[in-house]
Amino acid sequence: MSESPSERISAEVVVKVSRLARLDVTPDEVQRITTQMAGMLEHFADIDALDLSDIEPMTQPYPLSNVFREDVVVTGLDREEVLANAPAAEDGRFRVPPIVGLDG
Amino acid sequence: MRQLLKTDVSEFRRLLDWTAEMTTHANIPTTAAAIADGVRSGALKAVDVLEAHLAQIAAREGDIHAFNLVTADEARAAAARVDADVAAGRDPGVLAGVPIALKDNMCTRGIPTTCSSKILEGWRPPYDATVVQRLAAAGAVAIGKTNLDEFAMGSSTENSAFGVTFNPRDISRVSGGSSGGSAAAVAAGFSPISIGSDTGGSIRQPAALCGVVGVKPTYGTVSRYGLVAYASSLDQMGPFSTDVRDSALVLEAISGHDPMDSTSIPQAPLSLQHVLSQGVEGLRVGRITDMPSGADPDVTARLEAAFDALTAAGAKIVDVEMPSMKYALTAYYLIAPAEASSNLARYDGVRYGLRVNATDTNAMYSATRTAGFGEEVKRRIMLGTYALSAGYYDAYYGKALKVRRLISDDFARAYAKADVLLTPTSPIVAFPVGEKSDDPLAMYLCDIYTIPTNLAGHPAMSVPFGTGAHGLPVGVQILAPTLGEQVMFKVAASLERSMIAAGGAK
Amino acid sequence: MTAADSKTQGSEIQYDMSKNEIKVAPNDGSYLLDGYELVCGLEVHVELATATKLFSASANRFGDDPNTHIDPVTLGLPGALPVLNRQAVELAMRIGLALNCKVQPSTFHRKNYFYPDMPKAYQISQYDQPINVDGWLELPGGKSIGVERAHLEEDTGKSTHIGGTGGRIHGSDYSLIDFNRAGVPLVEIVGRPDIASPEEARQYVTELRQILVAVGASDAKMEEGSMRCDANVSVRKPGAPLGIRCEIKNVNSVRSLGRAIEYEARRQIVLLEAGEKIRQETRHWDETDGRTHTLRSKEDADDYRYFLEPDLVPLNPDQAWIDAVRAALPMLPRERRLRLSQATGAPADGEAIMVVVERGQDDYVMSVGEAGADVARALVHVKEAFAEQGANPTVPAADLAQMIIMETGGKLTSTQAKTVLAEIVANGGGDAVAIAAAKGFEAMDNSALEAIVDQVIAEQAEAWSKYCGGEQKAMGALVGAIMKASQGKADGKAVTALLLAKKG
Repeated sequence: MSESPSERISAEVVVKVSRLARLDVTPDEVQRITTQMAGMLEHFADIDALDLSDIEPMTQPYPLSNVFREDVVVTGLDREEVLANAPAAEDGRFRVPPIVGLDG
Repeated sequence: MRQLLKTDVSEFRRLLDWTAEMTTHANIPTTAAAIADGVRSGALKAVDVLEAHLAQIAAREGDIHAFNLVTADEARAAAARVDADVAAGRDPGVLAGVPIALKDNMCTRGIPTTCSSKILEGWRPPYDATVVQRLAAAGAVAIGKTNLDEFAMGSSTENSAFGVTFNPRDISRVSGGSSGGSAAAVAAGFSPISIGSDTGGSIRQPAALCGVVGVKPTYGTVSRYGLVAYASSLDQMGPFSTDVRDSALVLEAISGHDPMDSTSIPQAPLSLQHVLSQGVEGLRVGRITDMPSGADPDVTARLEAAFDALTAAGAKIVDVEMPSMKYALTAYYLIAPAEASSNLARYDGVRYGLRVNATDTNAMYSATRTAGFGEEVKRRIMLGTYALSAGYYDAYYGKALKVRRLISDDFARAYAKADVLLTPTSPIVAFPVGEKSDDPLAMYLCDIYTIPTNLAGHPAMSVPFGTGAHGLPVGVQILAPTLGEQVMFKVAASLERSMIAAGGAK
Repeated sequence: MTAADSKTQGSEIQYDMSKNEIKVAPNDGSYLLDGYELVCGLEVHVELATATKLFSASANRFGDDPNTHIDPVTLGLPGALPVLNRQAVELAMRIGLALNCKVQPSTFHRKNYFYPDMPKAYQISQYDQPINVDGWLELPGGKSIGVERAHLEEDTGKSTHIGGTGGRIHGSDYSLIDFNRAGVPLVEIVGRPDIASPEEARQYVTELRQILVAVGASDAKMEEGSMRCDANVSVRKPGAPLGIRCEIKNVNSVRSLGRAIEYEARRQIVLLEAGEKIRQETRHWDETDGRTHTLRSKEDADDYRYFLEPDLVPLNPDQAWIDAVRAALPMLPRERRLRLSQATGAPADGEAIMVVVERGQDDYVMSVGEAGADVARALVHVKEAFAEQGANPTVPAADLAQMIIMETGGKLTSTQAKTVLAEIVANGGGDAVAIAAAKGFEAMDNSALEAIVDQVIAEQAEAWSKYCGGEQKAMGALVGAIMKASQGKADGKAVTALLLAKKG
């Protein structure tokens, strides 16, 4: 009982995702992206058939644990070299437009 | 035996006509090993080696576009330093004087590192990647930054914001991707070795399409510090070369624990050159009987020839099954974009790279990222963001991680029966530019044989093994278990010898 | 509420009050505001006192020139990778063990959101497997406040807003970002909503601060930002289900915390009494007008898309390390108060012991006792005279002990003792005997005192017979005369004892 491609993802969700990702999309693009993503998700539906209830997720290709660094200061980057590569800087700091519409 | 191999390789080249287009100076060797030997002994000057390769670039780069940037001045200075070291009796390193091209997604201090994206156009990192440092310490001479699919996302280098890289074997066709520039650079004789990165096949597939050797080592053997991240749990850097021995040499120089990378395996650098002559007598080579079909007949013909060659050399072919392999593409195209969507969030116009101004920071984020990212990158960011979203995590990303476990378990069972596995690298030979660019899914299928390895974190390499349709190169892929680089290179060396002995296939 | 539920909501671990699954310590009914109970849980972020940042080797320092402690990891440069600071783990474990937590294997997650002081556009934090869980903090009065978890995470940079009024974001022309603080190690301590009054909240934070300083994990100064406190506040009628909670941010001192919680509770009560519903939201405490205000609500609440950090590996401190950290923990404030209470007989949550332990002077008091003096007197004197002395008083313990021995031996009255002490403190030490002699404070031995008492009894016959007849008031006249006759050298207690004895 699989959903049709258009049911897998809606334009509304695409708009919400694009906002989360901070990508502007025009209404035409929304349509195109929705169709494309729906097609992809239809393909990826092949894993829906698998019974994965007893399977542990695999997050690490090589099992390491307890990797540390000692608490010793190492000279960092030169501020001028870094700020020279910044889009905007002032007073030794990075300058940005007013921070509105964001939850800090 | 080593002497024989070196001579045979030059012979091999003449016979196969692979580098017929090369116009290197008569007395400059074509392999890294030979160049390093010559420079270290004083028989060769690093600056002469460099000039020969710069001349080759001047002759053919216009047709191929392997590079985003050729760093001739810096290379000349580095080559001069190598020669000075040799003259002063200092050890110049195991790769002394060897020109090397670096994929433009690894940080090179003071040298633009763009990831072939508008969002990083002109950005100069204030630090070197660990691999870049190790190559410099080994005396290698970085000759330029090579083109790639934007942020390493793609299989043809057509997603580069700065234009595609054409295949040196046929410039109407792609070089593969995402490390198309690095593969082409070696295939065109611009440098004997290059470095690429491989997340789903991005070293092996272009190696196969361009007819060179390409290696993705075990995840964690080569430091990722300074490699611009695409998918953190899948990315590895590795070498391209014209022969197996050069890749072994490079991996020995760049592998080994790095304290700057938490996922770096705490062990010494790989030791590989000594196994190349050992042969495959008694080795068990696995044939995956339930592999997803879809390889072109000319490709499968070369795979069969490879099985035959290994049998003739004393290996045993065993059948293995990998029932979960057919889900690998799905798992990859959920895991990689998910990690990428997070890794690429830092490109926001605040601290570096492109900024498109706006009235407030939030609008600036969107304006910058929309203008700076290409279509494929945006597509994967959207897909990845979706796969991680509240309400969708369990169905997509969460499930994909479990499928990953199934694939890893499949490999474990296979490696109980076989020492290595053999598959095609790419299902098809190099395709014409533009042929697949309208169909993302068709493009994704190019990686069907390479992706499972990244999911499991194992090593794999592509070795050129003759030609297919239109006389284009075909690569066969050798897969090995975790830290199985030695057995993998043993098999690769054997296949290479078979090719030489056979006088090369048409 | 399971971690899976949290993921589905796409938000941080939250107390879903509407589900009534949260176990809250019973309110003993001692604090009611207009008939309502207060339910409060505190989230405290603590900057760790490490030399370097959590995931990179830049210095962890406050107050230096902007962007002078930066590296590829701090700035979120392409290709940068985090590596965990061992000392930060050590300090996190100290905090957890001091709060009676279980130290368990843990992992790191990415919390994804955009903000200019977040260099990677994600924060590395701990999500469903934090390093410390299920602890508690005991308030001085004995009530236990549950500690759900105490986990590691990295701090953000700092933004300064230019052009608006009072440095606020609202109306600013632009902002400037300093990344010195980005990547500094934090431990977030999430307390259970067991706090039932503003006073308990103040006690919790004060006690927590002392613990953090005692174990060397942080200097925990709210005013400097090395300890930050957010309060989750709701109200309910006794026996009713839990109410909707609001989160209060921007509280910068212990005193403000109490005021903010009380204001918020009252605000909610007013609404509820008017028949309105509380809207679950984050509110900003304004110190100047003494109110909480709604933070500007956004169109889309952020979905943090938590997933396991692929650039880090699991953290699994072995039992030997955990045991070593536990064994090396210093005596904590609660134990210090108990020790002092047992030694002096004074109440552990009484003012004298609370003050002396908070100042870090309890070891000193104990050592004065070890030098032979009465510990209870030592406690009183240190509390009263050592406010400026700090955790390592300059007055040698032996000197103070000597003075107290004179006092309790009757060689100094309590008034004289205070005077001698003042001089000892002012000079950073001194010989009490010599000082007393110099001031003419002499011991009045008992036989000389008895002689004076007899003489006064003889002279004040009328007062004496009244006192013997049971009039306590008459004692005043007798004592006054004795004091006068002894030129103030008589010790009041000794006098009273003698009079009582002679009365029979």
